[in-house]
Amino acid sequence: MNRFAQLLDRLAYEPGRNNKLRLLTGYFRETGDPDRGYALAALTGALSFKHAKPGLIRDLIAARTDPVLFALSYDYVGDLSETVALMWPKTPPQVRASPSPACGRGPGWGSATSAVAEEPPPGSLRDPTSPASGRGKETVPSSLHHNNPPPPTLTDVVTTLRTLGKTEMPKQLSRWLDELDETGRWALLKLVTGAMRIGISARLAKTAAAALGDKDPHDVELMWPGLAPPYLDLFAWLEGRGDKPVNRDAAPFRPVMLAHAVEDSDFASMNAADYIAEWKWDGIRIQAVSGRNPGGEIVARLYSRSGEDITAGFPDLLPSLRLPGAIDGELLVVRDGLVQSFNVLQQRLNRKLVSPKLTKEYPIHLRAYDLLGDGETDLRPLPFAERRARLEAFIAATGDARIDLSPVIAFDSWETLRAARADPAAAGAGADADAVEGVMLKRRDAAYLPGRPKGQWWKWKRDPHIIDAVLMYAQRGHGKRSSYYSDYTFGVWTAGDDGQQLVPVGKAYFGFTDEELLQIDRFVRRNTTEKFGPVRHVVHEPDQGLVLEVAFEGLQRSPRHKSGVAMRFPRINRLRWDKPPRDADRLETLERMLKADAGG
Amino acid sequence: MRPQDILKPVPAGLCCAPGGFHIDPVRPVERAVITHGHSDHARAGHGAVLATQETLDIMRLRYGETFAGTTQAVRCGEELRLGDVSITLHPAGHVLGSAQVAVTCKGIRMVASGDYKDAPDPTCAPFEVVPCDVFITEATFGLPVFRHGDAADEVKKLLASVALFPERAHLVGAYSLGKAQRVIALIRAAGYDAPIYLHGAMEKVTHYYESHGVALGDLRPVKGMKKADLAGTITLAPPSATSDIWTRRFPDPVTAFASGWMRVRARAGQRGVELPLVISDHADWDGLTATIAATGAGEVWVTHGQEDALVHWCKTQGLAAQPLDLVGYGDEEETEPQPSEEQPAGEET
Repeated sequence: MNRFAQLLDRLAYEPGRNNKLRLLTGYFRETGDPDRGYALAALTGALSFKHAKPGLIRDLIAARTDPVLFALSYDYVGDLSETVALMWPKTPPQVRASPSPACGRGPGWGSATSAVAEEPPPGSLRDPTSPASGRGKETVPSSLHHNNPPPPTLTDVVTTLRTLGKTEMPKQLSRWLDELDETGRWALLKLVTGAMRIGISARLAKTAAAALGDKDPHDVELMWPGLAPPYLDLFAWLEGRGDKPVNRDAAPFRPVMLAHAVEDSDFASMNAADYIAEWKWDGIRIQAVSGRNPGGEIVARLYSRSGEDITAGFPDLLPSLRLPGAIDGELLVVRDGLVQSFNVLQQRLNRKLVSPKLTKEYPIHLRAYDLLGDGETDLRPLPFAERRARLEAFIAATGDARIDLSPVIAFDSWETLRAARADPAAAGAGADADAVEGVMLKRRDAAYLPGRPKGQWWKWKRDPHIIDAVLMYAQRGHGKRSSYYSDYTFGVWTAGDDGQQLVPVGKAYFGFTDEELLQIDRFVRRNTTEKFGPVRHVVHEPDQGLVLEVAFEGLQRSPRHKSGVAMRFPRINRLRWDKPPRDADRLETLERMLKADAGG
Repeated sequence: MRPQDILKPVPAGLCCAPGGFHIDPVRPVERAVITHGHSDHARAGHGAVLATQETLDIMRLRYGETFAGTTQAVRCGEELRLGDVSITLHPAGHVLGSAQVAVTCKGIRMVASGDYKDAPDPTCAPFEVVPCDVFITEATFGLPVFRHGDAADEVKKLLASVALFPERAHLVGAYSLGKAQRVIALIRAAGYDAPIYLHGAMEKVTHYYESHGVALGDLRPVKGMKKADLAGTITLAPPSATSDIWTRRFPDPVTAFASGWMRVRARAGQRGVELPLVISDHADWDGLTATIAATGAGEVWVTHGQEDALVHWCKTQGLAAQPLDLVGYGDEEETEPQPSEEQPAGEET
């Protein structure tokens, strides 16, 4: 458990993806079965046991510590698990009185006079490592008690938690907390409360495992639904000791095919007749897979585009997936036949509990793009045009209003398509045009290939919204950017109590080139008006400051922001060194956009 | 005579009226007794300064020859009569030369600890418990969440990271007086014998440690090094430099920070630290409480840090305790004079 805890600890601080991978792969290499398997399960969210409630943790610490000291500590640290992990006393107070010569803390001090008598000559440097106040040398772990059982392994913890009754939980947790070190206790509490937020996706953990055997992460993704913790067969294969595990899951995930963004210059070498075009819907790309298990029953699953199983969030869609097959499509909310905006769809995302009220108010819908499998047949090697025909037949056979076809856009030249993209409502999208975020181009002859193959699929997004905003605050970035002011808060003008003032409307930390980053960084350092830790206030007066052209995909009302609006996907489009801040945009402009977005 | 007639907090610091001096005054005074060389305790501009030889040397290094009117070096254990009181200095285990000040007057003995730690440190004399009636303790880490653990384990973490990322440079933020030298000594004790690089701001004081017989191995200035040659190396720098433009000379640096504050994740996260190392030159909670008990003091004054928790603890132990309202002391990482941040690369002094 302590080794796993060290990994989590290190991952929590490491910003770089590649470095996270290195840390993970290093852990998988050094750690034996079955511990590493349970670690992989914990990181991919594949562990299931009843989580402990925060109240239980509070009770445990209350039984061991002074309430005033706990309150002061909790107030300082701000996180319950961390506070408890740090201040947990090794032994319950009542059995504390057993001084040992190796550990001179607490009751082991003896009388003050004798302690002084044993001191080396005052000021002496002759024996700098001698334990002055009776503490052990630094090379002796202070946690070394003779009668302590070894700390639990991750396997101990996971297998015990699976079968542990509710009443046994407090005692067991106390025991583990006694046996682990600070980091171990922290990780344990995060694990048992189900709050392991350390910035690792399941996909990243699987990729790290694949790297152990120099395998393609897609292969791991493919076999994943057929695997179970502690993944002995997977690690055996990765280490060249066993055969490749076969996914016997009835409804396996297939690695997703992605598109490149098309540039204007690309069209010169593209022939319109080679392509089929369809709308790019602003929802969640998913894969809906149905298959028959050995008992002949239908098993249906929904996967995110990275292969995470998100079935539990959409029970209302499952009954519609009754034909065996694999659909690539977009999850949308459709009310009264109208596709709702992404903001509405968000109400359905990342839900632990899906109530009947939620499914009624936000009816989920699948809009199908592609068919990867039909019954037992793998369609992926077929050209897109053929798959499209199979898809149309498949959807017709399904005959369910919750699943429909993403319509194709008729066009004979790039000019016609450009016009359709500019006005989807007039080009067939009708009242759903607001949920269109652009156009997809797919080669008629393209097989379904995993990843982002060149020249097969293109996305041609609608032009983003653009505003000119004023840089107000800058914050240092992380990792490689830790010496750069690379996170920018920007604002627009509005009428305030004291005349015109800037109100922050968003934050962006990408979109600029490396050269532009250097320029902004220099500007920030030279024009700082105040410093607050890693944040700098940057001069923003009507005739002094930096105007940023900000591009974003959409707006929504947000009571959490002072301006009342929140931007979707904002990024720095251009630096407007030429523009004085007084000419930047106003909040009213954003409010008009908001009305247009909501009303259209 | 009451303890507060012997030592009393005043705006300039802790004043000993019967002895005619201040301890670690934050404003210029006529006569100052200085516990150690950190800038929040040792300031320039006093009339007469009394301290250990090491502390005087360090003040001279930092402030120049004219940092005080006159100076007097005192050896630890040597008794000195000042006005109506007698004082002795005792090792505080904080940094090289650090001392506690014991003040005795009419049978009452008070000990002003300055900053101290009871954990072993190969670069300075070990902390000495001084029996007393009133103990004036610091409380930088005066909350039970602060338990520093074994510093050698933290250094192991650093070396494991160096082994895992041989193409990256490791930058260790450490206060230039004391922490840096202790970290280097710990790295050496862990068996790492490659050159260790130093930010310009810590060269002088590190060489001073070496001249006092603290062996630190092969140390080199980082200035003038080629970026590529810094891959796989360890560089010590003042904490503020590790998030500065200065870091751009390093290949994909891993930012480490050696400090007791690193125990708390939010503190580490705030600073953008990737590799927090819990290594402190202050006593942790267990060290503070154990030391208070060991002094046998019936009364405890608590200053700079988390006074509330420690005062509360003292009271639960049946000790008289009060927070001392002293201003001007912080933990040194927050108060260290910043090596100029805007300096172009290659020009640090």
